[in-house]
Amino acid sequence: MNVRLDRRAFLASSAAAATLPMPAIAQNKPIRIGLLTVKTGPLAQGGIQMEQGVTLFLKDRNNKIAGRPVELLIGDTGGNPAGTKTKAQELIERDQVDMIFGPLAAFELLAITDYVAAHKTPILSLAAAEDMSQRKPNPYFVRASGTSAQNMQPLADYAAKELKYKSVITISEDFAYGYEQMGGFQRVFEGAGGHVVKKLWPPLVTPDYTPYLAQLSGVDAVVQGFAGSNPLKFMKQYADAGVKLPVLGGGTAGDDALLKSFGDEAIGMISASAYTSDLDSPMNQHFVEGMVRDYGSTPGLYAAGLYINGLVAEAALEKLGGNTDDKDAVIKALRAVSLTDSPRGPFHFDHFGNVVGTVYIRRLERKTGKLVQTTIKSYPNTSQFWTFEEKWFLEQPVYSRDYPPLKS
Amino acid sequence: MNLWLILSINSVTLGGLLFLLSAGFSLIFGLMRIPNLTHGSMFMLGAYFGVTLIGWGFGFWLAALMAGLGVALFGGIVERFVLRRLVGNELAQVLVTLGLSFMVADVCLMQWGGDPISVDTPAGLVGSSKVFGMAFPTYRLAIIFIAVAIAAALWGMLDRTRLGAMIRAAVDDPAMARVVGIRVSHLFTFVFCLGAGLAGFAGVIGGPILSVYPGLDQDMLPLALVVVILGGSGSLLGSLVGSFVVGLLYNFGQAMFPELAYVVLFLPMLIVLVLRPRGLFGRAAP
Repeated sequence: MNVRLDRRAFLASSAAAATLPMPAIAQNKPIRIGLLTVKTGPLAQGGIQMEQGVTLFLKDRNNKIAGRPVELLIGDTGGNPAGTKTKAQELIERDQVDMIFGPLAAFELLAITDYVAAHKTPILSLAAAEDMSQRKPNPYFVRASGTSAQNMQPLADYAAKELKYKSVITISEDFAYGYEQMGGFQRVFEGAGGHVVKKLWPPLVTPDYTPYLAQLSGVDAVVQGFAGSNPLKFMKQYADAGVKLPVLGGGTAGDDALLKSFGDEAIGMISASAYTSDLDSPMNQHFVEGMVRDYGSTPGLYAAGLYINGLVAEAALEKLGGNTDDKDAVIKALRAVSLTDSPRGPFHFDHFGNVVGTVYIRRLERKTGKLVQTTIKSYPNTSQFWTFEEKWFLEQPVYSRDYPPLKS
Repeated sequence: MNLWLILSINSVTLGGLLFLLSAGFSLIFGLMRIPNLTHGSMFMLGAYFGVTLIGWGFGFWLAALMAGLGVALFGGIVERFVLRRLVGNELAQVLVTLGLSFMVADVCLMQWGGDPISVDTPAGLVGSSKVFGMAFPTYRLAIIFIAVAIAAALWGMLDRTRLGAMIRAAVDDPAMARVVGIRVSHLFTFVFCLGAGLAGFAGVIGGPILSVYPGLDQDMLPLALVVVILGGSGSLLGSLVGSFVVGLLYNFGQAMFPELAYVVLFLPMLIVLVLRPRGLFGRAAP
């Protein structure tokens, strides 16, 4: 599987560029961006969308950032930590990339975080692991998508204050991303007077959710935090089992890329996400049009995340005049990026390199025959710490399976 | 209590689906001694075929049958041109079928993309029916009937027909079967096609519940393995009982000990392997 299909050079023909007058720095040398993605196995869906997002961005820019051509080097991690390590080493040591986009999953990122930090390589990842920008920060880390709980904390606020829900049951995969999402939801929901009655954790691979569905009753709503293809399966079985409770979901649970796969069973789901395809901004309209034109699908978190990474890299490198020699200057510039328009709206970064931006609460609806997301509330300037004080937040343990504990 | 009743009924429906999946695996493994690790891929391939056929306008049931036939054909090619050359060499068979499963997964990803595809529940079986006064998804009840019908048909074929007698003879003593004029090699190809076709058919039938997505093959293969090891390879009754046992373990295990879901599922397999290697209903190895 790991034949050399995994790299594709997007080197713009430098002939045209060479004839133009250039400033003194070696501008013809391409900027090298390594993309760690997954092209095989169950995570490939997200991985393919990541590649589409960054490819579209480079196409929009004619393969040029800050006056320099861009070379994109793609490494297929195979969706496992060992593969990620191997590909990261290739990108950094052999290809000497200036920065890395990706990887997708937290366990991939955790396998390489120390390594990339030791090599001072800026890494712009989508992986949502909380502690990457909290208790165990990597100084070369930038995350424009957000932590696991960053969407769930506003969702909990919305559920308690606007929907007036008093009690919920949460259900999410039995791994860190699920724990962190539901931990964040619980802390905010209970802070606002709500009550999380039960937290259910089906294994990542669960062909049949019915044993869990049978336990969903006696509450105002169900909060689901599934990822990948699981939201699809879950919603279908949820409807089939005749459960009528309203469903709230996180970013991956109601991801816009799933809109074409969902059926009527998902109508009415309210989800919170850092990206929503219905955002009315020039940059987002351009992005959605490009994705529909080139790939025939409404983009979701993964494609948008990588397009935004491209914007972040561009903004930083323009400030540096295209100079990537000093890696500490590059990471500083990356973290200083503050954009007023992007596919996810305005955002900037905190001092951990994690995004502070808008979180959108959307309702899934059918309009003129198509499933769409309609934004019903936005929470601008949402930080990973929500409204909690940073120091207090960091003193608490990281969200986990049993933290915060259930109140009896 | 409602919960337990729902879990019980659901155990039976999941068992039905598992039977469709594992009957083919059991046939192939029991009769031909081929540990066919592409079985999960056959399931997924069938599901993808079904999705495409339904997209072309075929009805759900026709699409399921055609997908089954398509996968049977694929299975036949694999048996005839690859596995045939590796008779008796189990390690090579394991490696080849494992390799094939990766290849199928990659080709599916290329052909159908990475997005999960949902399969609509066939018209007429949408919604829920009342069972013991409780709403229960109609389609899942239909799966039980399909599984029982197929189990009966398979049993009839193996136990009551001349073809079945020939297959049993070829398994017990291939050399003697040849002497009396049975074309053993043709029989084995037939059995392999049948097993593969059943898996493909099951893929489409499972579609409305599981949807189709990359990785479905690797999700289903272990379940087929557990069923066959529990029930005993080559025994239809074993597959049937194994499927329902696994359905029960799966449902009650996940409801009662969610953090030990996999332990509950695989521990019985381990115990059976250690104490009774041929499974609950398997025959002693010849």
